[in-house]
Amino acid sequence: MSGQPDTHHEESFWRKYIFSIDHKVIGLQYGITALIFLFFGFCLMMMMRWQLAYPEQPMPWFGWLFGETGVMLPEMYNSLGAMHGTVMIFLGVVPLAVGAFGNYFVPLQIGAPDMAFPKVNMTSYWCYFAGGIVMMVGFFVPGGAANSGWTSYPPLADIATTGQTVWLFGMVLLITSSLLGSINTITTIVQLRAKGLTWMRLPFFVWSQFVTAFLLLLAFPPLEAAGVLQLMDRLLDTSFFLPSGLIVSGEVLNVSGGGSPLLWQHMFWFLAHPEVYVLILPAMGIVAEVLSNNTRKPLWGYKSIVYASSFLGFMSFIVWAHHMFMTGMGSTISAFFQTTTMIISVPSVVILTAMFISLWGASIRYNSAMLFALGFLPMFGIGGLTGLPLGIAASDIHLHDTYYVIGHFHYVVAPGTIFALFAGVYYWFPKMTGKTLNETLGKIHFWLSMIFINGIFMPMFVQGLAGVSRRLWDGGASYAHATDTLWLNEVMSASAWLLGLAQIPFIYNLIKSMKSGEKAESNHWDATTLEWTDAPSPPLPHRNFEVIPEVYRGPYEYSVPGADKDFTPQSEA
Amino acid sequence: MEIPYNVEERQDTGMFNAKLGIWLFLASEVMLFGGLFSAYVFLRMGDVTGTFISGASELNIPLATFNTLVLISSSVTMIMSWVSLKLGEQKKFKTYLGTTLLLAGVFLVVKYFEYTAKFHHGIFPETSTFFAIYFTLTGLHMLHIIGGMVVIFYFLVPGSKMMNTESERFTNRIEIVGLYWHFVDLVWIFLFPVLYLL
Amino acid sequence: MSGHSVEDIKKSVKVYIGVFAALAVLTVVTVAASYLDLSSGEAFFLAIIIASVKGTLVAGYFMHLFSEKTTVLAVLGLTFFFLIVIMFLPFMAFTDQAVI
Repeated sequence: MSGQPDTHHEESFWRKYIFSIDHKVIGLQYGITALIFLFFGFCLMMMMRWQLAYPEQPMPWFGWLFGETGVMLPEMYNSLGAMHGTVMIFLGVVPLAVGAFGNYFVPLQIGAPDMAFPKVNMTSYWCYFAGGIVMMVGFFVPGGAANSGWTSYPPLADIATTGQTVWLFGMVLLITSSLLGSINTITTIVQLRAKGLTWMRLPFFVWSQFVTAFLLLLAFPPLEAAGVLQLMDRLLDTSFFLPSGLIVSGEVLNVSGGGSPLLWQHMFWFLAHPEVYVLILPAMGIVAEVLSNNTRKPLWGYKSIVYASSFLGFMSFIVWAHHMFMTGMGSTISAFFQTTTMIISVPSVVILTAMFISLWGASIRYNSAMLFALGFLPMFGIGGLTGLPLGIAASDIHLHDTYYVIGHFHYVVAPGTIFALFAGVYYWFPKMTGKTLNETLGKIHFWLSMIFINGIFMPMFVQGLAGVSRRLWDGGASYAHATDTLWLNEVMSASAWLLGLAQIPFIYNLIKSMKSGEKAESNHWDATTLEWTDAPSPPLPHRNFEVIPEVYRGPYEYSVPGADKDFTPQSEA
Repeated sequence: MEIPYNVEERQDTGMFNAKLGIWLFLASEVMLFGGLFSAYVFLRMGDVTGTFISGASELNIPLATFNTLVLISSSVTMIMSWVSLKLGEQKKFKTYLGTTLLLAGVFLVVKYFEYTAKFHHGIFPETSTFFAIYFTLTGLHMLHIIGGMVVIFYFLVPGSKMMNTESERFTNRIEIVGLYWHFVDLVWIFLFPVLYLL
Repeated sequence: MSGHSVEDIKKSVKVYIGVFAALAVLTVVTVAASYLDLSSGEAFFLAIIIASVKGTLVAGYFMHLFSEKTTVLAVLGLTFFFLIVIMFLPFMAFTDQAVI
């Protein structure tokens, strides 16, 4: 008994499209909301890049946002910076990767009628939506939105303007959404796999969502606890994170003291490090699907990839203090975290290598999804390799808190994860809408994005190595050691705006194709996994399958010798 | 088409869906309270002025010991309510579940007296880091008690009809509530010595 | 928990009562132990050990963990490992601070 009557009564508009408990509707809700937030976060960045390229110059077209002079104040820059990070990570990438793609395709790929807890699923979406609204409210309170970095370090965050309190409440809602979602994902994958779908027959996309869900489940709660503690510091005058004798604006702060800013850092990074694997694992999952489908070969090293991703998830919990090398930690504990950090680079290399080897001897189909998946590979490689000097304390002394760090993590998330998410959109659009996206526009979108995104982030390594600090509202203009690399600011800003323009073909493509795109058959890509082989063309019915499929083989049986076609569905005996 | 294993157990895992769901939720709660315990340790290590020792000495150990026994008893009545359902004894089920609710209420009343006594003496979360973490840990625990009481009340009164219409599903739900309730008891078993006795 | 006969359930009631008695005794032991003259580190460990015994009884019997299959035990084992990590690593980082 599911608690939801499965009769054919007519559902009201509200029940069918707004407060739906169907994972496909919820997945679409997540997807559309996340794409809007991604665009908003991108706009925040484009504004920041004006200030960086032309500090204290009035901004064209959007200067009215900054009052009469049209000049962005440094405090505003800080708000844009903190919110850009927050919006992109918590309102954009993770909801798209996990809430949208995970919700929509995990049940389909495992042959389930829905997620294990459909009502919890709906609740998790609306918590996310509420969290997003609360975060946006921050822009309208006195003092503006949170401005202490997405990392919200005390003591600054404890005494910052009201926007920080709003941020904390927003985070509580978002974390709640995430916890409900991860409980749902894990239960669904463990309990609702179709007959014959053993663990080692799961598409890697499902494995990646499974590991990700564990990271979210176990790593977020300490941050939720820390958020509550910071709220208490701000609202109830406690001193969890305030050391004794702190002087603010020339006066000793009237609190008990005895707290520690480092406590926040430990609790924050305990979540925030696994969070970066939350950002990359679903992306790797999508790339695995797209690669195997468009090489018409099985994914090379499936077992290694599965074990590596599980090991990666496990290790991600014990590396966090590599974000804290500069806090005065002793050599023993520093050695511990350097060691675990070096070890954790191994599974990523295993996964990336297996994906590269998967291309060997392949009959590659160069469609837009595949282009983005292929682009992901070297971009993630650069992102990963540039992380190594940061994980070693000695070199981190020079690079910590510089633009090198920003370049490193953006390579992994932007031409890394976001390219993989684009690949997912191009790949799964036919299944979600029953129409195809225009390939020419897709290719234009890919090539322009690829060029300009490197234009933004590659120069960051140069600036970082020269010693330009991050989070400087004027991009280093007031520092002598930055003078030689300042010209790169204009290059990066121009690339950013051009990257923005490059998204226009994509947005146009999405809207036009949804309305009047070419019709897609139910297995448009000749794929092997259940969402293509056994679920019909949209609109997919409530509860997905007429008959739950039975699984007889692995997920990537392409070009099986002796078969009559170059792909053999999982559900084919 | 129904969602499988909503009531009956899946063979290889031995569970129905909601049981795995509640355990996963409890795992996240372990990390939540664990994070706060970690904060306790960290703050105590940094406590150079001895506020943790002087603060703990202000706490009422006999009252808290009594409360510990109250909560353990409520755990027993909770499991006995589930046992009664399994044996088909509906009246006993209601008695045991009602007693659980009552004992939880007693716990809250004692906490109310503890807290107001502190406030009366001018002791608030902002007084010291010890009291900050004390009020946070016990306060969060108390919120969990209240949440549990709301759910238990729901199954005792408005939601109790399912006992007759879908009895196996209802019994499962009581088992789930029990798991949550035992967890709340478990947290207190650790909270009590750490805050009051160390 | 289908497959439990009436006799099984009646037997487990005896177990539950036994666990309740043990928990009550251990609570008294906890308070008594606090009067021992120990260093703060030793006291902390003793308190945690006694609490862990009580916790294991609650988890194992009241929460049926002793009769569950591996799935839940694996999840909880993993959780417990990460609990130890977050309880002890920040503390170790604190004690191993660099000498300035």
